[in-house]
Amino acid sequence: MIGALAALERGPAPQAPARETHTGRNALATLALAILFGWAARVIELRPLELLRDVGNIGIFLRGYLHPSFVHVGEYAWQCMVTVCIALWGSLLALLVAVPLGLLGARNVSPHPLVYLAARRLMDLLRAVNEFVFALMFVTAVGLGPFAGMLALAVHTGGVLGKLFSETVESIDPGQVEGVAAVGATRLQTIAFGVRPQVLPNCLSYIMLRFESDIRSASVIGMVGGGGIGFYLWDTIRSFNDREAAVVILLIVAMVMAVDIVSAGIRRATI
Amino acid sequence: MPNQTSPPLILQHVCKTFGQRRALESLSVTIRPGEFVAVIGRSGAGKTTFLRCLACFTPVSSGTIRFGGQDLAALAGAALRAHRARVGMIYQQFNLVRRLRVIDNVLVGRLGHLTGLRTWAALLGWFDPCDRDIALRCLDHVGLLDRAWQRTDTLSGGEQQRVAIAKILAQGPSVVLADEPIASLDLVNGELVMETLRGIAREAGLSVVATLHHVDFARRYADRVLGFQAGRLVFDGPPTALDDAGLGAIFGERPAPVAGTVAVAVGELEWAAP
Repeated sequence: MIGALAALERGPAPQAPARETHTGRNALATLALAILFGWAARVIELRPLELLRDVGNIGIFLRGYLHPSFVHVGEYAWQCMVTVCIALWGSLLALLVAVPLGLLGARNVSPHPLVYLAARRLMDLLRAVNEFVFALMFVTAVGLGPFAGMLALAVHTGGVLGKLFSETVESIDPGQVEGVAAVGATRLQTIAFGVRPQVLPNCLSYIMLRFESDIRSASVIGMVGGGGIGFYLWDTIRSFNDREAAVVILLIVAMVMAVDIVSAGIRRATI
Repeated sequence: MPNQTSPPLILQHVCKTFGQRRALESLSVTIRPGEFVAVIGRSGAGKTTFLRCLACFTPVSSGTIRFGGQDLAALAGAALRAHRARVGMIYQQFNLVRRLRVIDNVLVGRLGHLTGLRTWAALLGWFDPCDRDIALRCLDHVGLLDRAWQRTDTLSGGEQQRVAIAKILAQGPSVVLADEPIASLDLVNGELVMETLRGIAREAGLSVVATLHHVDFARRYADRVLGFQAGRLVFDGPPTALDDAGLGAIFGERPAPVAGTVAVAVGELEWAAP
């Protein structure tokens, strides 16, 4: 080795080829980002000093919550259960939306560029429109209650999961897919044998994550008549019933934590 | 085990260009039934393009490829799938679905043969007992029956390539196209894979077209050698006719070694590099 290196060190050192540098571009990008954030701070009225000066007001606001009233805790607990059920069915139906959209919206699986574009834009639409708006829409069809909330969650989450699925499908190893297509398999067979096994672990993980997030969404969707604990949260806060609101918030926190713990356990065990 | 004679693959003036680059230039050759053909040449000589055109994964730019009287360029939809079912592909990287069990990868070979309800049942992993029976026999034939329930990515490279052979056995093709089947394998596994390929080719009268890096393997296993150089067919004959002149035409002049100690030193550095 030493001898080999010595042999290489004979003669003049080679001139390294010219390297592209990006100093100017990086400086420009930094400046642009600084301007963007500065402007955005003005837009959102970012005034940190006011927060420091009046932070005590939050204490006054919270004082009402220090003495929770557990009179209606049974009813609230049941509504938490309703919320979990909304999220369960919402997530399940979301899969019916997300799986076809995710496949049609993946460049490497989609049957036609136009189908790809249509699927992508539809998923954008479902994601861009808040579940609250969907809930208001479904309330007009099926009336107030958990059913409307569940449908709203399903549609919105369908768009989110579809997007995540399509990106997972686009990142798979094309060789394994070709190995299935090469035997003369149909498009659906190729997906079932070549695509599905490759994307399954990631997709399961996304489903669990979205379910956790759906629990949080479902716990406020009641505000617009979508059923579940959200209605009581809204109702108690709006009527300044701080002692009741405190219990509702406590229950929501407990529910979210419980679901996160359970789903983390399931994810560890299955993926 | 399928026992049928391959129809000939007839290529006439086949050209394939990728943008400005000519991958195949006016290639006319006939692969006769039952032939074991080795395709040799340097990287980029057009070997893989040649196979991919035969398998209908890449359309030719001009010229025709006929197989069993059919022009491959005209194939689409069900006819294209039927063609692919008749062509068994073996890849350098095996192209098995790594997270599936070994038996499922072999069952994939049956997909092209399913009809009616079975096409749909297979989507859920339901196969006819007779298809499962075929898959098990094929696995047994390559000596990997005991690995049937293992996940495919737990197998070694040599074992995975044998699973791929079991898969095309289950597929029952008329012709086998093998793209660098042993380039990722060690010498012993390479020989085992080539022996297995030659065995099934002889037994079933299949033609095999295999691209190979090693001239030595081409000499030992092939009935016929096709040599490619920059997209042109520059050698076509039995391996015994492959002399230094033929090798020179295919691989070009060997680059002259860099003078003296530095060449040796660079060799050492490469070995020493982590």
